[in-house]
Amino acid sequence: MLDDFFFRAILAGLGVALVAGPLGCFLVWRRLAYFGDTQAHAALLGVALALLLEINVTLAVFVVSALISLALLALQKRATLSSDALLGLLSHASLAIGLVALAFMTWVRVDLMGLLFGDILAVSKTDIAVIWTGGLLVLAVLAVIWRPLFAATVNTELAEAEGMHPDRVNLVFMILMATVIAISMKIVGVLLITAMLIIPAATARRFATGPEQMAVLASFAGMAAVVLGLEASLAWDTPSGPTIVVAALVLFVLAMSPVGSAIVRIASFIGARGKRKGAPS
Amino acid sequence: MPKIEPPLISLEKAGIERGGRWLVRGVDLTVARGEIVTLIGPNGSGKSSTAKMALGVIKPDEGTAERMPGLRVGYVPQKLSVDWTLPLTVARFMRLTGKPDAAEAEKALAATGIAHLTGAEIRNLSGGEFQRAMLARAIARKPDLLVLDEPVQGVDYSGEIALYDLIRKIRDDNGCGILLISHDLHVVMAATDRVICLNGHVCCQGSPVTVASSDAYRRLFGGYTDAALAVYQHNHDHTHLADGRVQHADGSVTAHCHPDDGHHKCHPDDGHHDDHPDDSHHAHNHDHQKGQGGGSVHPAPVAAAAAPTAPNLKGSRDA
Repeated sequence: MLDDFFFRAILAGLGVALVAGPLGCFLVWRRLAYFGDTQAHAALLGVALALLLEINVTLAVFVVSALISLALLALQKRATLSSDALLGLLSHASLAIGLVALAFMTWVRVDLMGLLFGDILAVSKTDIAVIWTGGLLVLAVLAVIWRPLFAATVNTELAEAEGMHPDRVNLVFMILMATVIAISMKIVGVLLITAMLIIPAATARRFATGPEQMAVLASFAGMAAVVLGLEASLAWDTPSGPTIVVAALVLFVLAMSPVGSAIVRIASFIGARGKRKGAPS
Repeated sequence: MPKIEPPLISLEKAGIERGGRWLVRGVDLTVARGEIVTLIGPNGSGKSSTAKMALGVIKPDEGTAERMPGLRVGYVPQKLSVDWTLPLTVARFMRLTGKPDAAEAEKALAATGIAHLTGAEIRNLSGGEFQRAMLARAIARKPDLLVLDEPVQGVDYSGEIALYDLIRKIRDDNGCGILLISHDLHVVMAATDRVICLNGHVCCQGSPVTVASSDAYRRLFGGYTDAALAVYQHNHDHTHLADGRVQHADGSVTAHCHPDDGHHKCHPDDGHHDDHPDDSHHAHNHDHQKGQGGGSVHPAPVAAAAAPTAPNLKGSRDA
């Protein structure tokens, strides 16, 4: 089955969506929606460096994204600019440096379209292995730091005072994000990576009553978007990366529409009935 | 009775500088187990900064801040806004930084009067309800040290008194230390072992009576001091413990409460300034001025604390 390019694409997409869901929730909660964008822009610099030094592209992208994250953490500590301004600064600075660096390397030709929009239909078996091992590793680490990371998201000082070490978990979170960017760049591309992080999380917010629930729902929403998007791109011969994002958007719109309201009402009705049954009279 | 074991936290000559300005400087502060220490002071006097130094959230730029190793803290920050993008119920909020068992969490919610809101979303709570939820969360952690930064802001007046009573009760039951920040002078005075009056530095500190009658405090708070002190004097220079004994402002505990037993301090307005903070056993008569007292000025604390206002008290009614 792995010899079928379409099946490989679905498998790779599911892996990315699975891990993008929970991380995307944190981006939404922390109002860092453009963090994925920033890291993705920095990815161009990573690609340039990889070509220059002739090292693995995924590794180079990871390193540059991680460095950008550290820069963000350091600048946030100084607290003279808001997070969105810092993200804009880092994002476009790294993009510009990447473009300038590529211009110097006249001997290389970069597939800019592939970089920007990804090429999910061209994933290899190795890519799938990288996505799934990397993705499961990210999820495992995220599970370990979940409570302190969430506490730090609600209030950093409170988390610090009660011994949750927010600095440490924020750092780990940034590294996890850099990992996800590096492994998913090939799938949806630099331009659309933010969409895979944010849109499923936004869809999940409509139905979630708790943070853990929202993370799981975001994963499912993303995975549904991958399957629907790939099938649609096959049926209508549209570019696969953008079609996945459109599918994610359709799910979001459905969640916001009366259909979503009905689901919320049914869910809360079932929940209330379950509670009444469970309670001793 | 505190001071026997090492303090939970201690600040020594601690100060914070931001942008070339000292927010607060030269603070000496200790909180021991079973002690309620209150920081008072005007806006910008460095109360919250001092608390954050004590918690280790801010590192002091000069001096030292030490905490007992393994100290378990419950913190109610002055400001906490929960983003609407966060799906967070009160029940999940209780487990934010730890796993209190369900019974403990339920008890804390009941104690703060919001047991019915367990399933409610945090963002739909009113200001006062959220304040209660934060307090409940901090209590349910069973902390060694509670740091409460304006814990009753936005809580209605009768609720305020009840919450201060609850804070004192937590200290009595759990024996934790409490660092309290407040500007509800009149109530705070009642619920405190030690008051530290801040205004960029420590103006004065000591028992509530000592501080309230000090000149520095009067300069800082002007006309409010009399009312605060009146209520304090008339209601809370002693506390009726659950077992019927009486705890006095000087920390001593007696079986009964008499106006001339030497535990009660004088109203400073009667020209008898009490400038001997440690000398609690000099006897003097206890001439309450009923007209100025809590009954007429602040009726609520009298009712809530059920502390007798009559000077001649034989036993305690609420024992």
